[in-house]
Amino acid sequence: MPALACTGDRLPIRVLGWGPLIVVSILLLGTVQSINASTNGTNHGNATGRNANHGSHPNISSGHHKRAFPVLTVDYDKVRMPFEISVWILLASLMKLGFHVIPRLSSVVPESCLLITVGLLVGGLIKVMGKTPPVLDTKLFFLCLLPPIILDAGYFLPIRPFTENVGTILVFAVVGTLWNAFFMGSVLYGVCQIEGTNLGGVDLLACLLFGSIVSAVDPVAVLAVFEEIHINELLHILVFGESLLNDAVTVVLYHLFEEFANVGAVTPGDVFLGVLCFFVVAFGGVLVGAMYGLLSAFTSRFTSHTRVIEPLFVFLYSYMAYLSAEVFHLSGIMSLIACGVVMRPYVEANISHKSYTTIKYFLKMWSSVSETLIFIFLGVSTVVGPHVWNWTFVVATLLLCLVSRVLGVIGLTLIINKFRIAKLTNKDQFIVAYGGLRGAIAFSLAFLLSKDHFPMKHMFLTAIITVIFFTVFVQGMTIRPLVDLLAVKKKKETKNSINEEIHTQFLDHLLTGIEDVCGHYGHHHWKDKLNRFNKKYVKKWLIAGERSKEPQLISFYHKLELKQALMLAESGSGASLTRAHSSTASMQNVQPKRQKSGRAIPQISKYREEEIRKILRANLQKTRQKLHSYNRHTLVGEGLEDSWSEMRLRKQRMALERRMSHYLTVPAKRAESPPMRRARFESAGFIRTPKPRLRFLYWHISKTSFNLLSDNQVYRTKPSPSDVPSISVEQVSAKPPDSVRVLDEVIQKAGRSQESTHRGGDDSPKSREESRGGQVRKPSVKFALGDEDQQKLSRCFSDPGPNKIDEEDEELFLS
Amino acid sequence: MGAFHSVPTEDNLEDLAERTGFSLEQVKNLHRRFKYLSGGAETLRKENLESISDLAFNPIRKQIIQAFFDKRNFGQNGAGSVQEIGFEEFLIVLANFRPPAPRITEEERETIKREKLRFLFNMHDTDNDGTITLEEYRHVVEELLSSSGAIGKETAKAISDAAMLEVASVTVGQMRPDEFYEGITFEHFQQILKGLDIDSKMSIRFMNVNTSNMRCGK
Repeated sequence: MPALACTGDRLPIRVLGWGPLIVVSILLLGTVQSINASTNGTNHGNATGRNANHGSHPNISSGHHKRAFPVLTVDYDKVRMPFEISVWILLASLMKLGFHVIPRLSSVVPESCLLITVGLLVGGLIKVMGKTPPVLDTKLFFLCLLPPIILDAGYFLPIRPFTENVGTILVFAVVGTLWNAFFMGSVLYGVCQIEGTNLGGVDLLACLLFGSIVSAVDPVAVLAVFEEIHINELLHILVFGESLLNDAVTVVLYHLFEEFANVGAVTPGDVFLGVLCFFVVAFGGVLVGAMYGLLSAFTSRFTSHTRVIEPLFVFLYSYMAYLSAEVFHLSGIMSLIACGVVMRPYVEANISHKSYTTIKYFLKMWSSVSETLIFIFLGVSTVVGPHVWNWTFVVATLLLCLVSRVLGVIGLTLIINKFRIAKLTNKDQFIVAYGGLRGAIAFSLAFLLSKDHFPMKHMFLTAIITVIFFTVFVQGMTIRPLVDLLAVKKKKETKNSINEEIHTQFLDHLLTGIEDVCGHYGHHHWKDKLNRFNKKYVKKWLIAGERSKEPQLISFYHKLELKQALMLAESGSGASLTRAHSSTASMQNVQPKRQKSGRAIPQISKYREEEIRKILRANLQKTRQKLHSYNRHTLVGEGLEDSWSEMRLRKQRMALERRMSHYLTVPAKRAESPPMRRARFESAGFIRTPKPRLRFLYWHISKTSFNLLSDNQVYRTKPSPSDVPSISVEQVSAKPPDSVRVLDEVIQKAGRSQESTHRGGDDSPKSREESRGGQVRKPSVKFALGDEDQQKLSRCFSDPGPNKIDEEDEELFLS
Repeated sequence: MGAFHSVPTEDNLEDLAERTGFSLEQVKNLHRRFKYLSGGAETLRKENLESISDLAFNPIRKQIIQAFFDKRNFGQNGAGSVQEIGFEEFLIVLANFRPPAPRITEEERETIKREKLRFLFNMHDTDNDGTITLEEYRHVVEELLSSSGAIGKETAKAISDAAMLEVASVTVGQMRPDEFYEGITFEHFQQILKGLDIDSKMSIRFMNVNTSNMRCGK
């Protein structure tokens, strides 16, 4: 009985996880079956009779005799290709889905292993049915599946760690790969010469070619494994950077040896040309990528009116960079990386926040689907391929792979550590060596070999698949426990705090300064030069508007601010208002103390407050309605968006109301219930004109939120820079008593100056702005730019500064 | 101040190398640079550093120069600033930027970290009262953003306030509204910059070869 309960317990999960697989497998088998049928059909020429039994072609059969109009016809051929593709992608996606339904599985086995297993199963199933399963087509792989993964990697490449370690990465990628290729090639050749291994036909060039194919660390495999183990930034970028940059070496070696194998003779001149070729391939690729990157950045400068197609430019330009590089047999991967790296800072400054999110999601989506497909196809291809299993060759390859990798890493680290400030420890070396996973690129390259020049192609393929399986399964599965066992430093959980960001910047300048004082021109000096050049010339051309002058720290701060605002909007469900840093301290805690004498605590009646709220609510409603107008090129006004934003607005409103109540209360006495707290206020001035003040405050808050949440807004206010109020949004949560005084004071002034215009019924944004501009402006400016004490008090988290809110203010808030 | 005002002998340099952890070659190099900067004089004045052309664009130029003339950075007890420094002080200040030795124990690493952070802290804490107040922090951020004009000025305040809030919330935690966070103490400073790997980040490579003749990228 317990056993039964146990299985019953697990059953739903299993069904959930594998149900889709079964369904898709059946679908897949169906498609393969019909593919085969239809290919048979086309192979046999215009055999109409054959076609007739799985679908009738009206244009063929109608000529002979009148037939009844076919009510239901089957024409699978017409949709075969896209249908097939969709089914495969569906399978891949469902697999990904399935793995995460089973929580324990994905924590033990990396996804890549599971996917290969699925591929093996699917391939086996297809084979059992007596059909030929599709293999990982090289063209498909290099033109469709690989670019999204590389673009994702390049676009989101962590620039700082990458540039700080670029020397180490290059050494590993270039020298390391060369070492691996030649070491493996020559030793393998030696192994092949041993009598009795049946490997006599393998010549040195073939061995070297094989070595160069199998020695390159694969970015897809590395990404798949390293993303799951959350290793620290340095190790991640070392292994991953190597896997990206070794592409140039691999490409050159591959073409070189292939060429030599065709020609048959190698002269010293060829070797020299080979070296030259390496530089052309590497730098050519980077150059092509950088050019497209700049083009993309330049284009994005002008997209402010057609936000919806913004993300497309990023994808298209980078894909074209890849293709253009491939045209000249340059390194497509390096081109794509360069393109992503170059365009990102400029593009992100230009595009809207939504576009940024879109780019992020699309890249992640494409790359994860591609990755899934690659691993599945790898599994399927394993089942298909004609295998030539040679024990000696396979075992030798496997051993040599491990040995050369370990030797290479240890040897190179010895040299590199002489030049590094943060030395690579033994643990680091181990992880770098162990993380050298091989993957689908090697397989595809081997698959490309022509059978004429390399009669041992199938043996190569078998050996490569074995190596891939070994690295992905054994190393991929054991690396996580090993990382835990060795207590290798993990990735930081949280992103940089603002203090860390300030000090990172500070250190940059400090070290540059110290280098200048010492008179050496080191890393920091050149980086500083580049930054200044970038700021002075490049940014002006590539970034539209004010953003081009924004220093990094400020944009970091804006991003943080935006994140907090979004969190606030999302989490404002009436419960607790938590900030990004879960801050419990408020501005008053860090502000220098002031004398607290003569503080009047305003009081407000319950009835009054209720009235204020009603007005606030009505205002928000009105503003929102103004937002709705249909535009084909913007997203606001669509049904789905509406209901969603309505929900958000409700949340916001609740958060706002809560904040308002904070405004009206003295937070020091937490124990008391809100009504009691409210009863503590007593100030006639406050009661006199509460509405305009609060409405104005509210207007600002809601406007800010709108800017944050809907960058496609149709409704825009364009206040002049001077009258932008800096009313605190954030600090309200624990308002100091002093602020009440100031608020009160300001309100009194506002009330005194002109009371008549602040009428509750006048709610349209325009007139509200008028009233604000006319009357409230004066006190509000006072509030923002008054004497120093008030100024300190009134700084706020959401206000970007007086000269920031212009018609482009959405830009400033977003990204 | 100015342990020796005569031309340093080989012995003196060796002694300095031992005390500051630089290699003899590095000390010689830096001495050459010192002479170059001071125009051949025994002591270095603020004007000498201010005339370095590469420093002209550095937004925190003033603080960097000030750090060289800050008594707190000379390893002895003392506060306030001096008008001119000798080669020894110059070297001691620069020693704060030496990369950590390859094989050191955890305690040694902690000591190095603390020293480097202390240097940074002293740069921020201009009035030497042991805390970085909001005013001082604002000044730091303002300087940092000083190259970006008005935007920088406006935002600097917001950023430093947010940063200060962050420090307060990270180090103190729950604060009552009437409580007041005086400023960042050194302990808090260490705490907030824990994740920065200061030991390797705040290091530059000191050349072993003579570079004073190489004028590149001027």
